[in-house]
Amino acid sequence: MGPLKFAGPAPCRREADFLRLVEYQSKMVLRDFGLDFTPSAVARTPEEAASAVERLGRPAVLKAQVPFGGRGKAGAVKTVRNPREAHRAAKALLAMVLRRHPVGTVSVEPWIDFERELYAGITWDLAARRPLALLSTGGGVEVEKSFSQGRVRRHVDPVYGLRAHEGREMAASAGLTGKDLVGVGRILDRLARAFLEIDAVTVEINPLVVTADGELAGLDAKVEIDEDASWRQERRLAGLGEVEAASAGRSPTPMEEQARRIDAMDHRGVAGRVVEFDGDLGLLIGGGGASLTVFDAVLRHGGRPANYSEMGGNPTAEKVAALTALLLSKPGVVKLAAIMNVVNNTRADIIAEGILRGMKRAGREPAETIAVFRIPGSWEQEARRIMAAAGVEALGREISLDRAALMAVERVRGHAA
Amino acid sequence: MLLDPRAGIAVQGITGREARAMVGDMLAYGSNIVAGVTPGKGGEKVHGIPVYDTLGQVLEEHDPAISVISVPAPAVLEAALEAFAHGIGLCLIMSERVPRLDASRIVAAANGRCTVIGPNSLGLIRPGLAKVGTIGGRVDNVRRSYMEGEVAVLSRSGGMTTEIASFLTSNGIGQSIAVGVGGDPIIGSDFVQLIESLEADPTTSAVVIFGEPGGVAEEELARHLERNGSRLRINAFLSGRFVDRFEGMRFGHAGAIVEEGRGSVRGKEEALRRAGVFVAEEFDDLLTGLPS
Repeated sequence: MGPLKFAGPAPCRREADFLRLVEYQSKMVLRDFGLDFTPSAVARTPEEAASAVERLGRPAVLKAQVPFGGRGKAGAVKTVRNPREAHRAAKALLAMVLRRHPVGTVSVEPWIDFERELYAGITWDLAARRPLALLSTGGGVEVEKSFSQGRVRRHVDPVYGLRAHEGREMAASAGLTGKDLVGVGRILDRLARAFLEIDAVTVEINPLVVTADGELAGLDAKVEIDEDASWRQERRLAGLGEVEAASAGRSPTPMEEQARRIDAMDHRGVAGRVVEFDGDLGLLIGGGGASLTVFDAVLRHGGRPANYSEMGGNPTAEKVAALTALLLSKPGVVKLAAIMNVVNNTRADIIAEGILRGMKRAGREPAETIAVFRIPGSWEQEARRIMAAAGVEALGREISLDRAALMAVERVRGHAA
Repeated sequence: MLLDPRAGIAVQGITGREARAMVGDMLAYGSNIVAGVTPGKGGEKVHGIPVYDTLGQVLEEHDPAISVISVPAPAVLEAALEAFAHGIGLCLIMSERVPRLDASRIVAAANGRCTVIGPNSLGLIRPGLAKVGTIGGRVDNVRRSYMEGEVAVLSRSGGMTTEIASFLTSNGIGQSIAVGVGGDPIIGSDFVQLIESLEADPTTSAVVIFGEPGGVAEEELARHLERNGSRLRINAFLSGRFVDRFEGMRFGHAGAIVEEGRGSVRGKEEALRRAGVFVAEEFDDLLTGLPS
């Protein structure tokens, strides 16, 4: 077996729970708040792209609509001189698969001649617990590297937003004057209003350009929406068509997909959040912090996890059984380790019951297959009895998470020898 | 003192399923719950505790200084504002998945007059004296896991709070207080605020910190310690090193500008070490140098 592959998304990053709008959706949302972008159209076929160029003017720029940056470098942005070229370019873009995302939509907009590019964005400053507005007179694709130039930052009040005068102050500090100062001040005010209204995690206009005739216009936009607020953004989201969760950075494997379905089959407790790896030790682990700790420990002791998972709350025995059977169905998985922190409210006996039921369903012998069972805490005695009846000795809290992980790794190794 | 064990406790959302179980466990441990609030259910009782329609009504007959908020996420902001309006000094928000904007507004409204723990926190406990929230679960488990002593436990993971306490207890090391700081992206009290209040707590001589990937809580603590120093012995364990090995999925630029490369587990460990914190390589090393 080769080294374990860590293809995104990483598990357990709560601050990464947001919905990513693609460029045209981001612009749709921001236009509602009076923010101006260059005229653009959306095409799903080469013919639509060609007629859009006919309509909007030439030369034009075609961009693949995918929910991540770096499109220019990936060859997903093309400049065309006429509808015929647009047809050909759109055909090529629509055949692309970027980071396992098939490109389904391209945007079409006329080529704009601009004098200079700016950057305007707002995101959460988690340490300050407030939104932070950012303005830079050096915009473009690597703005985070050049952000020291002409940059201004200012916290946004979570209730009032950014007042127009505060936006103008930011523009003035960035060295802008005259019409640009007034225009950028207004844009920041509207951007902040959008940020609060749509429960954004990030809003960004980059580049924001000053055109040859002195007008301010956005060329590209990015919007991320807080997934935890999706219950009050339902209508806005429904109007946008398909929206992707950020956590879908890599398409889920069939096993991860199935684990998600198992977790969704009952709202009680968590038994899912599976990330698949190519090892031989199945992991039924939880809660969140303990899952991270145990996975690290397994790797440090030279073990090869077949998966990451998180259990928490009070999942039903059926959910645990289905997840157990699923993890064991993976070819090459020789043993399963069930390790949780000292549980506060999870019932260890129900987890034990579920694991045994899953073993039976997978046609595996518990005493052979369970490398370790370590779930101390509530209903620990009952769990111990259930496991003992199946010939498995449950470990107690005196065996640390780290020790339990080491024992699991050693038992898999003993099996191989 | 972060948690005065004699202070009266009100539970907002007391008639919910999870809140009922929590109230039973808290009472069994000796916590001083005086009343509950569920709009429309005034007059009921939960484990003998009177339920009121509003916190204002509670204040007419009781004198709670602490409130536990256990309501659905969409109602959390309103519940917190109600608590602040009635002068509650310590507010534990157990509800999870509170929108960032609401959490930010809660912090702004608390304005330093109320200490907010959470959202998405299991609670806090002073072993042997009182617990607020579901931390530790059933009373027999709490008694087995927690023991009175002088080490404070601060954890970004609710489950690991009890795991760490239990690990310390079985090695003869007692705890002065344990706090699940909350797992949501924006929380009321981070490591920095909690360490600041522990500096003034004579019962605490050392702190154990459990960190996770993402966010900037550990880096902010390191910065605070480098600036201000501390009289406390601080041990930290960071989980999720393997998460650093995942390729990032950067979308916009704003996040990168604000994070400035923070968020990785290795980066957090280095920052804490530079600030004089003992960072455990393995979980079991967390005991190093702690007073028993």
